[in-house]
Amino acid sequence: MNELSLHILDVVQNSIKANATLVEIIIEENRIENWYTISIIDNGHGMNEQTLSEVADPFFTTRTTRKVGMGVSLFKMAAEMTEGSFNIESKVDQGTKVIAQFKNDHIDRAPLGEIEETISILILNDKNIDIYYKHKVDEREYVFDTREVKKVLDGIPFTNYDVMMWIKDNIKNGIDTIIEEEQK
Amino acid sequence: MKSLDDLKKIREAAQQKVTMRGKNDGMRVLVGMATCGISAGARPVMNKFVEEIAKRDLKDVTVTPVGCIGECAIEPIVEILEGEERTTYCKVDEQAVERIITEHIQGGKPVKDYVIGKYRL
Repeated sequence: MNELSLHILDVVQNSIKANATLVEIIIEENRIENWYTISIIDNGHGMNEQTLSEVADPFFTTRTTRKVGMGVSLFKMAAEMTEGSFNIESKVDQGTKVIAQFKNDHIDRAPLGEIEETISILILNDKNIDIYYKHKVDEREYVFDTREVKKVLDGIPFTNYDVMMWIKDNIKNGIDTIIEEEQK
Repeated sequence: MKSLDDLKKIREAAQQKVTMRGKNDGMRVLVGMATCGISAGARPVMNKFVEEIAKRDLKDVTVTPVGCIGECAIEPIVEILEGEERTTYCKVDEQAVERIITEHIQGGKPVKDYVIGKYRL
């Protein structure tokens, strides 16, 4: 996977499977201290200590269709190869928090890529899970929250073409704008 | 950048032509969206389905991301369900999506070039 947004798409599937009702995706770029952090926080059913200790092992999976589980392992590797770190905290019945920290300017730090494409797939989940996305660049931030969008939409589905295009445009331009403003 | 006010306008336009339907009526498109699918390019495939179906205003077709069925080598895998009938497509790319929508979803004929039987597992 050559984009961090693909890892996010992958790892959030675990939150969806864990029956979360809210998933928070928080990206923080700190260019002065040179780090880049992705946090994925859900309120799903969580994991016990045994599962938590095995989850970054590629030969661990909860699935029965195959014997390997690469999602979390690959995300961990992506962080660690930039001299970064990777951590998961989880409590049964409370939720799970995945934190991947990258060295921002490391040559192996993959670009975020098309995060708006990732978010627009995540919001089409069957279970009506809310997504809160925050992107922070130094002191500026952009927030996208499906709970706010749903209030405005008043029952019109995310599958409406114009709604879909609005969401992608809002996220892409929202992030571009904070980056541009920070560069001034 | 488009604002929340723009979104309100979209809502108002959409409210005028809303049709109600049950969740599982019609055709369902399932896109494999596990680690293997994503690595093989399932994200642009899923987005293409969602966008094209919305653009062509195909009201009784739903697209859903699903897990992995255990044939990771031939991802991206897409399944089309219609009643009891199931068609499994493999190694789907954006070009294939165009054909599957036009020829299968709209035209009623499975696109033989991409059905799973073409590949030796």
